[in-house]
Amino acid sequence: MRALFAFLAGGLFGAGLLISGMTDTTKVQGWLDVFGEWDPTLAFVLGGAILPMAVAWRFTVGRKPQLGGAFPPPPEPKLGHNLVIGSVLFGAGWGLAGLCPGPAMASLSYGGIGGLVFLASMVAGMTAAPRARGWVDGLAGSA
Amino acid sequence: MPQDWILGLIGGGLIGTAAALFLLVNGRIMGASGLLGGLVDGTGRGNATERASFIAGLVAVPAVLALAFGPFNTNLTPNLALVIIAGLLVGVGTRLANGCTSGHGVCGISRLSLRGMVATVFYLLAGGISVLVFRHILGAI
Repeated sequence: MRALFAFLAGGLFGAGLLISGMTDTTKVQGWLDVFGEWDPTLAFVLGGAILPMAVAWRFTVGRKPQLGGAFPPPPEPKLGHNLVIGSVLFGAGWGLAGLCPGPAMASLSYGGIGGLVFLASMVAGMTAAPRARGWVDGLAGSA
Repeated sequence: MPQDWILGLIGGGLIGTAAALFLLVNGRIMGASGLLGGLVDGTGRGNATERASFIAGLVAVPAVLALAFGPFNTNLTPNLALVIIAGLLVGVGTRLANGCTSGHGVCGISRLSLRGMVATVFYLLAGGISVLVFRHILGAI
Protein backbone atom coordinates (compact mmCIF):
# COMPACT_ATOMS: atom_id res chain seq x y z
CA MET A 1 0.00 0.00 0.00
CA ARG A 2 2.83 2.43 0.84
CA ALA A 3 4.42 1.74 -2.54
CA LEU A 4 1.10 2.15 -4.37
CA PHE A 5 0.38 5.55 -2.84
CA ALA A 6 4.00 6.62 -3.35
CA PHE A 7 3.60 5.72 -7.04
CA LEU A 8 0.33 7.71 -7.20
CA ALA A 9 1.90 10.75 -5.51
CA GLY A 10 4.91 10.57 -7.82
CA GLY A 11 2.65 10.29 -10.85
CA LEU A 12 0.52 13.24 -9.79
CA PHE A 13 3.69 15.25 -9.14
CA GLY A 14 5.01 14.37 -12.60
CA ALA A 15 1.72 15.26 -14.31
CA GLY A 16 1.67 18.59 -12.44
CA LEU A 17 5.24 19.39 -13.47
CA LEU A 18 4.49 18.60 -17.12
CA ILE A 19 1.16 20.50 -17.28
CA SER A 20 2.54 23.55 -15.48
CA GLY A 21 5.40 23.83 -18.01
CA MET A 22 8.10 23.26 -15.39
CA THR A 23 9.85 20.58 -17.46
CA ASP A 24 10.41 23.24 -20.14
CA THR A 25 13.77 24.77 -19.25
CA THR A 26 12.99 27.99 -21.17
CA LYS A 27 10.05 28.69 -18.83
CA VAL A 28 12.15 28.13 -15.70
CA GLN A 29 15.03 30.23 -17.02
CA GLY A 30 12.45 32.81 -18.13
CA TRP A 31 11.26 33.09 -14.50
CA LEU A 32 14.85 33.56 -13.29
CA ASP A 33 15.62 36.03 -16.10
CA VAL A 34 14.57 39.19 -14.26
CA PHE A 35 16.68 41.33 -16.60
CA GLY A 36 15.34 39.78 -19.81
CA GLU A 37 11.87 38.69 -20.94
CA TRP A 38 10.54 37.76 -17.52
CA ASP A 39 8.09 34.81 -17.36
CA PRO A 40 5.90 34.82 -14.21
CA THR A 41 4.52 31.26 -14.66
CA LEU A 42 6.64 29.70 -11.89
CA ALA A 43 5.06 31.98 -9.29
CA PHE A 44 1.61 30.57 -10.18
CA VAL A 45 2.97 27.02 -9.99
CA LEU A 46 4.56 27.57 -6.58
CA GLY A 47 1.47 29.39 -5.30
CA GLY A 48 -0.85 26.69 -6.65
CA ALA A 49 1.24 24.00 -4.97
CA ILE A 50 1.71 25.72 -1.60
CA LEU A 51 -2.04 26.30 -1.12
CA PRO A 52 -3.25 22.64 -0.89
CA MET A 53 -0.09 21.76 1.02
CA ALA A 54 -0.73 24.47 3.64
CA VAL A 55 -4.18 22.92 4.18
CA ALA A 56 -2.60 19.45 4.42
CA TRP A 57 -0.20 20.55 7.18
CA ARG A 58 -3.22 21.76 9.22
CA PHE A 59 -4.76 18.28 8.90
CA THR A 60 -1.67 16.67 10.47
CA VAL A 61 -2.28 18.30 13.86
CA GLY A 62 -3.25 15.66 16.42
CA ARG A 63 -3.53 12.93 13.74
CA LYS A 64 -1.46 10.11 12.29
CA PRO A 65 -0.70 9.26 8.64
CA GLN A 66 -3.36 7.02 7.02
CA LEU A 67 -0.85 4.19 6.53
CA GLY A 68 0.60 4.43 10.03
CA GLY A 69 3.85 5.77 11.37
CA ALA A 70 4.23 9.39 12.38
CA PHE A 71 4.22 12.73 10.63
CA PRO A 72 7.58 14.48 10.09
CA PRO A 73 8.79 16.39 13.18
CA PRO A 74 8.53 20.20 13.14
CA PRO A 75 11.22 21.87 11.00
CA GLU A 76 14.58 22.43 12.65
CA PRO A 77 14.99 26.08 13.60
CA LYS A 78 18.76 25.96 12.96
CA LEU A 79 19.85 27.33 9.57
CA GLY A 80 23.56 26.47 9.26
CA HIS A 81 26.13 27.10 6.54
CA ASN A 82 25.28 23.92 4.58
CA LEU A 83 21.73 25.17 3.96
CA VAL A 84 22.97 28.46 2.51
CA ILE A 85 25.98 27.13 0.56
CA GLY A 86 23.98 24.17 -0.78
CA SER A 87 21.10 26.38 -1.88
CA VAL A 88 23.49 28.77 -3.66
CA LEU A 89 25.17 25.88 -5.52
CA PHE A 90 21.77 24.38 -6.39
CA GLY A 91 20.43 27.73 -7.62
CA ALA A 92 23.50 28.31 -9.80
CA GLY A 93 23.02 24.93 -11.52
CA TRP A 94 19.24 25.43 -11.72
CA GLY A 95 19.68 28.73 -13.57
CA LEU A 96 22.38 27.31 -15.83
CA ALA A 97 20.29 24.39 -17.16
CA GLY A 98 16.73 25.28 -16.09
CA LEU A 99 16.20 21.88 -14.46
CA CYS A 100 15.76 20.97 -10.79
CA PRO A 101 15.55 17.37 -9.46
CA GLY A 102 11.76 16.83 -9.90
CA PRO A 103 11.50 17.97 -13.54
CA ALA A 104 14.81 16.23 -14.35
CA MET A 105 13.17 12.90 -13.43
CA ALA A 106 9.72 13.75 -14.83
CA SER A 107 11.14 14.61 -18.27
CA LEU A 108 13.29 11.47 -18.53
CA SER A 109 11.11 9.97 -21.30
CA TYR A 110 11.23 13.03 -23.58
CA GLY A 111 14.36 14.88 -22.41
CA GLY A 112 16.68 13.15 -24.87
CA ILE A 113 20.39 12.54 -24.35
CA GLY A 114 20.82 15.92 -22.66
CA GLY A 115 18.24 15.00 -20.03
CA LEU A 116 20.01 11.70 -19.36
CA VAL A 117 23.38 13.46 -19.05
CA PHE A 118 21.86 15.97 -16.61
CA LEU A 119 20.32 13.20 -14.50
CA ALA A 120 23.56 11.20 -14.43
CA SER A 121 25.55 14.31 -13.45
CA MET A 122 23.01 15.12 -10.74
CA VAL A 123 23.32 11.59 -9.31
CA ALA A 124 27.13 11.95 -9.43
CA GLY A 125 26.80 15.23 -7.53
CA MET A 126 24.58 13.55 -4.95
CA THR A 127 27.15 10.77 -4.56
CA ALA A 128 29.85 13.36 -3.92
CA ALA A 129 27.68 15.35 -1.50
CA PRO A 130 28.70 13.61 1.77
CA ARG A 131 32.37 14.32 0.96
CA ALA A 132 31.53 17.91 0.01
CA ARG A 133 29.67 18.29 3.30
CA GLY A 134 32.75 17.24 5.27
CA TRP A 135 34.87 19.63 3.26
CA VAL A 136 32.47 22.56 3.81
CA ASP A 137 32.23 21.74 7.54
CA GLY A 138 36.05 21.75 7.74
CA LEU A 139 36.24 25.14 6.03
CA ALA A 140 33.53 26.57 8.28
CA GLY A 141 35.27 25.17 11.36
CA SER A 142 38.61 26.75 10.51
CA ALA A 143 37.06 30.09 9.53
CA MET B 1 1.06 32.69 -24.08
CA PRO B 2 -1.85 34.12 -22.09
CA GLN B 3 -3.04 30.72 -20.80
CA ASP B 4 0.39 29.79 -19.42
CA TRP B 5 -0.43 31.11 -15.97
CA ILE B 6 -3.66 29.09 -15.87
CA LEU B 7 -1.77 25.89 -16.77
CA GLY B 8 0.80 26.88 -14.14
CA LEU B 9 -1.90 27.22 -11.52
CA ILE B 10 -3.54 23.90 -12.47
CA GLY B 11 -0.19 22.07 -12.61
CA GLY B 12 0.84 23.68 -9.34
CA GLY B 13 -2.41 22.48 -7.76
CA LEU B 14 -1.61 18.93 -8.88
CA ILE B 15 1.91 19.23 -7.41
CA GLY B 16 0.47 20.46 -4.11
CA THR B 17 -2.14 17.68 -4.12
CA ALA B 18 0.62 15.11 -4.72
CA ALA B 19 2.59 16.53 -1.79
CA ALA B 20 -0.55 16.53 0.40
CA LEU B 21 -1.33 12.90 -0.53
CA PHE B 22 2.22 11.78 0.23
CA LEU B 23 2.11 13.60 3.58
CA LEU B 24 -1.35 12.60 4.79
CA VAL B 25 -1.28 8.98 3.55
CA ASN B 26 2.39 7.97 3.71
CA GLY B 27 3.41 10.51 6.35
CA ARG B 28 6.35 11.71 4.30
CA ILE B 29 7.65 14.96 2.87
CA MET B 30 7.61 15.07 -0.93
CA GLY B 31 11.11 16.29 -1.73
CA ALA B 32 12.44 15.15 -5.10
CA SER B 33 16.13 15.55 -4.22
CA GLY B 34 15.78 13.82 -0.85
CA LEU B 35 13.77 10.87 -2.20
CA LEU B 36 16.34 10.22 -4.95
CA GLY B 37 19.37 11.24 -2.87
CA GLY B 38 18.53 8.76 -0.11
CA LEU B 39 18.65 5.97 -2.70
CA VAL B 40 21.91 7.28 -4.16
CA ASP B 41 23.88 7.57 -0.89
CA GLY B 42 22.19 4.69 0.95
CA THR B 43 20.67 6.78 3.77
CA GLY B 44 17.19 5.83 2.52
CA ARG B 45 17.74 2.07 2.53
CA GLY B 46 15.03 1.53 5.15
CA ASN B 47 12.23 2.74 2.85
CA ALA B 48 13.85 2.18 -0.54
CA THR B 49 10.70 0.59 -2.06
CA GLU B 50 8.58 3.63 -1.19
CA ARG B 51 11.21 5.96 -2.68
CA ALA B 52 11.63 3.90 -5.84
CA SER B 53 7.84 3.66 -6.30
CA PHE B 54 7.51 7.44 -6.04
CA ILE B 55 10.24 7.93 -8.65
CA ALA B 56 8.68 5.27 -10.89
CA GLY B 57 5.39 7.20 -10.88
CA LEU B 58 7.22 10.47 -11.43
CA VAL B 59 8.90 9.06 -14.56
CA ALA B 60 6.07 6.83 -15.87
CA VAL B 61 3.07 9.18 -15.77
CA PRO B 62 4.74 11.97 -17.81
CA ALA B 63 5.96 9.25 -20.21
CA VAL B 64 2.35 8.08 -20.75
CA LEU B 65 1.18 11.70 -21.13
CA ALA B 66 3.95 12.29 -23.67
CA LEU B 67 2.79 9.25 -25.67
CA ALA B 68 -0.82 10.46 -25.60
CA PHE B 69 -0.42 14.23 -26.00
CA GLY B 70 3.22 14.74 -26.98
CA PRO B 71 5.71 15.41 -28.26
CA PHE B 72 7.02 17.57 -25.42
CA ASN B 73 10.40 19.21 -25.27
CA THR B 74 12.59 20.33 -22.39
CA ASN B 75 14.48 22.79 -24.66
CA LEU B 76 17.62 21.97 -22.69
CA THR B 77 20.83 23.60 -23.90
CA PRO B 78 22.67 21.37 -26.41
CA ASN B 79 25.97 22.32 -24.71
CA LEU B 80 26.67 19.10 -22.79
CA ALA B 81 29.57 20.62 -20.82
CA LEU B 82 27.11 23.14 -19.32
CA VAL B 83 24.58 20.36 -18.72
CA ILE B 84 27.17 18.32 -16.78
CA ILE B 85 28.28 21.31 -14.67
CA ALA B 86 24.66 22.21 -13.94
CA GLY B 87 23.77 18.62 -12.99
CA LEU B 88 26.74 18.33 -10.63
CA LEU B 89 25.85 21.67 -8.97
CA VAL B 90 22.19 20.67 -8.55
CA GLY B 91 23.16 17.25 -7.14
CA VAL B 92 25.71 18.50 -4.61
CA GLY B 93 23.76 21.63 -3.72
CA THR B 94 20.39 20.01 -3.03
CA ARG B 95 21.99 17.34 -0.80
CA LEU B 96 24.07 19.88 1.14
CA ALA B 97 20.98 22.05 1.62
CA ASN B 98 18.84 18.96 2.33
CA GLY B 99 16.17 19.96 -0.17
CA CYS B 100 15.22 21.54 -3.48
CA THR B 101 12.25 23.34 -5.00
CA SER B 102 9.73 20.69 -3.92
CA GLY B 103 11.05 19.96 -0.41
CA HIS B 104 12.11 23.44 0.71
CA GLY B 105 9.89 25.41 -1.67
CA VAL B 106 6.52 23.62 -1.67
CA CYS B 107 6.63 21.54 1.54
CA GLY B 108 8.77 23.94 3.61
CA ILE B 109 7.15 27.28 2.83
CA SER B 110 3.64 25.81 3.23
CA ARG B 111 4.45 25.00 6.90
CA LEU B 112 6.23 28.35 7.34
CA SER B 113 9.58 26.63 7.90
CA LEU B 114 12.37 29.18 8.30
CA ARG B 115 14.85 26.77 6.69
CA GLY B 116 12.58 26.31 3.68
CA MET B 117 12.12 30.05 3.24
CA VAL B 118 15.82 30.85 3.63
CA ALA B 119 16.80 28.07 1.19
CA THR B 120 14.24 29.33 -1.34
CA VAL B 121 15.54 32.90 -1.11
CA PHE B 122 19.10 31.72 -1.72
CA TYR B 123 18.41 29.36 -4.62
CA LEU B 124 16.18 31.93 -6.32
CA LEU B 125 18.87 34.61 -5.92
CA ALA B 126 21.62 32.28 -7.16
CA GLY B 127 19.42 31.14 -10.05
CA GLY B 128 18.74 34.72 -11.07
CA ILE B 129 22.43 35.62 -10.92
CA SER B 130 23.30 32.45 -12.85
CA VAL B 131 20.94 33.37 -15.72
CA LEU B 132 22.17 36.97 -15.64
CA VAL B 133 25.82 35.88 -15.91
CA PHE B 134 25.48 33.00 -18.37
CA ARG B 135 22.83 34.60 -20.61
CA HIS B 136 23.40 38.34 -20.53
CA ILE B 137 27.12 38.61 -19.73
CA LEU B 138 28.68 35.45 -21.19
CA GLY B 139 25.96 34.71 -23.77
CA ALA B 140 26.34 30.96 -23.13
CA ILE B 141 22.64 30.04 -22.68
